[in-house]
Amino acid sequence: MCQVDEEYHDQLERTDVLRGCFKEYFIHKFRAMLGKNRIIFPGEKVLLAVSGGPSSCSMLSQVQEGLSQKAHKKLRFFPGIVYIDEGGAIGQSTEERQRTVSELEVVFKATGFPFHILPLEQVLDLPSSVVVMALPPLEQPPSAYKAAVDRFNQTCGSDCLTPPEKQKKSLPDVHESHTQLLQQLIGSAKTLTAREDLLNTLRQHLLVYTARTEGYSKLMLGDNCTRLAIKLLTSISLGRGAQLAQDTGFSDSRYGDIIAVRPMRDYSAKEIAHYNHMFDVPSVLIPSLETKTSEKASIRGLTESFVTKLQTDFPSTVSTIYRTSEKLQTVCRSSSTDDHSDRCLLCLCVLDTAVEKASAFQATLISEQVSQTLSLGPGIPRQNSGPERPASAASAGQCRSLSGGEDCGRATSGGSCCSSAKETINLKSLLCYSCRLTIRDMSSVDHLPLYIMSEAQRRQRRSQMRDEISEFLLNDEV
Amino acid sequence: MPAQCSSCTDKRAVLKRPKTGHSLCKECFFWAFEEEVHQTIVAAELFKSGESVGIAASGGKDSTVLAHVMKLLNERYNYGLELMLISVDEGITGYRDDSLETVKRNQQQYELPLKIVSYEELYGWTMDAIVKQVGLKNNCTFCGVFRRQALDRGAVMLKVDKICTGHNADDVAETVLMNVLRGDIARLRRCTAISTSSEGEGVVPRCKPLKYAYEKEIVLYAYFKKLDYFSTECIYSPNAYRGYARTFLKDLESIRPSTIIDIIHSGENLSVREGVKMPVQGTCSRCGYISSQALCKSCVLLEGLNRGLPKLGIGKHHRLHDKILSQQPLTEKEERKLKSVDF
Repeated sequence: MCQVDEEYHDQLERTDVLRGCFKEYFIHKFRAMLGKNRIIFPGEKVLLAVSGGPSSCSMLSQVQEGLSQKAHKKLRFFPGIVYIDEGGAIGQSTEERQRTVSELEVVFKATGFPFHILPLEQVLDLPSSVVVMALPPLEQPPSAYKAAVDRFNQTCGSDCLTPPEKQKKSLPDVHESHTQLLQQLIGSAKTLTAREDLLNTLRQHLLVYTARTEGYSKLMLGDNCTRLAIKLLTSISLGRGAQLAQDTGFSDSRYGDIIAVRPMRDYSAKEIAHYNHMFDVPSVLIPSLETKTSEKASIRGLTESFVTKLQTDFPSTVSTIYRTSEKLQTVCRSSSTDDHSDRCLLCLCVLDTAVEKASAFQATLISEQVSQTLSLGPGIPRQNSGPERPASAASAGQCRSLSGGEDCGRATSGGSCCSSAKETINLKSLLCYSCRLTIRDMSSVDHLPLYIMSEAQRRQRRSQMRDEISEFLLNDEV
Repeated sequence: MPAQCSSCTDKRAVLKRPKTGHSLCKECFFWAFEEEVHQTIVAAELFKSGESVGIAASGGKDSTVLAHVMKLLNERYNYGLELMLISVDEGITGYRDDSLETVKRNQQQYELPLKIVSYEELYGWTMDAIVKQVGLKNNCTFCGVFRRQALDRGAVMLKVDKICTGHNADDVAETVLMNVLRGDIARLRRCTAISTSSEGEGVVPRCKPLKYAYEKEIVLYAYFKKLDYFSTECIYSPNAYRGYARTFLKDLESIRPSTIIDIIHSGENLSVREGVKMPVQGTCSRCGYISSQALCKSCVLLEGLNRGLPKLGIGKHHRLHDKILSQQPLTEKEERKLKSVDF
């Protein structure tokens, strides 16, 4: 490959030689990323999550490229496409949503792959198994990959990869009431940051559910290098230090059976834009929650503008951040997947809320404790010294969030102060540090879908059971 | 409708805590702030009874509040510590002279012994002279490296067992962000530790009792307690890279105040992959101070200053360390690269 500067690329865009070089380089990166990681086995069904944006559409075109007859060292998996229509959550009209879907259908049909178009509203009907980590596939020795490739080549050869299924129908009809429920749910999050986080969570759940029910074992996400650098900084700002490797790494195995991969993570947004423009890769512009908001409206938006600005003065910013993310890993605290109480209910990552001595988390609990009635005061005689309330961020947090930031003041009676009359779920104890922050920003947890609440209740009941019998348990069961 | 203090529910609230949003009266806020520092000290087991502790005092808000709170808690909870003040004079005219006056005032107010060490006496260079040679872009590197060693030297002179610095939550969060932006994985792993290890010649272990205290709360505390401090920005700091991280953090705080602690939580919980190359702690062959290279950063920077090669020490010059140690002359090409400075 010729050693040509990217700057030079802009000037000589029309030269065919340069086009050829660039295309080769671009395609090679995709193959190398998949080949190096050896995580997608031949014959596997891989679900491509396409948002319509340039990155995921580029990914789609790369998969097409890789599966085409004339490809050198063809890709060997069976792809499918999924698009989740979030128009209901951001207030789009049915016509607008239908129009976007029709545009995308044209693109999807042209690929010949089976595709699934789902409205986000379907998330309301999911079963609670979605938020439970499934058993991971059996650990394969490294030699298994090569063996699988050889086997595939012998039995199938290159003619095997024709799409076996018929193409799915387009956007099913969405009930107005479902859309309203969804909007209510998103609307119950008071900050844009919390809304985005909630939307991401719901989208992920629906993607995993679709992959499971349609028989896909891998999920391909289109995050590019620039977006991942922003995601890394955003995740740190949201308190997701323990989950960084899964949020930004190449593979994410938090769901157990479905592994999410990010093959586009080596490409910068600029490279993708170049390629898409040069080789006419179609993409559709779709608004998001953040469209037309100020740059300081949400943490993600602020981080994006920060990184972009810094990049202009220090051109190595994005690649340096990206390289930092490559050096991180997830701490494997418990290997047992039988008891799911050590995983976050919403993001399914291992909980990072063990109260360790002298930790930031402990400091937040102490702050809550010393700022309110109950504990030993500074010698000032107290008029209402209510019963000792446990210093759990849970109950204090719920009070605060319901009354919008101010302590409800009458919280001395402990227990069910402002929460609803039904079975009081200590939702926070089931969440990781960062998901707790999202819930704290919600005015009410009543609008959370049934599958989340029923799983929360189940886990709580199980935890109570364990407390009852804890003295008789022999192993240190988490 | 005035709000009642959410802690004593007795008095009228006079402030809103930036950290949690609770409305508190003056006394309850003092108590909450002091109690949090006390809990941090106890939980992290920062001190042992009978130890002598040097408080790094710069005359700024963090160290003034630190000195005040340490003295208060030492008495209230009988820590049994012997407290002293250590101050560093970097030789920045107009900035450091004024803040040193504050430190001297603190010494009288709290009746604590004070030791001032200066760059001039330790290294033969003031920051003013350094900036003249180095320019305004990398001067903070010199100051930071020199100050670290200066504090240690001062602590050894005073024979203290530990040093405590006034680093607050904002500082720690900024450092986490900066290390991610710079790709410094080794520092990223260490920077959220509340105390440093105590191995090494001439190194005194240090800790940050104010690690979880918000900068804004420190100012609130000083304001209501009527503590006097020196509050000007260092005249050389506007161009520091840290400024970017600081602005970003301030913006984050305005969106979600808990971000500062959230970033520290992230820093404490992130984990580095096995096999990633990490620096190993050794000693400097020239001065014996702790170092991960053959020559400690201080020696390298000083060498650069004394030879008129201001860029020595900025950037990666590990290969040149041996040459410097063995006192070989540098080639013309090497010298040229190290001389160029953009002001």
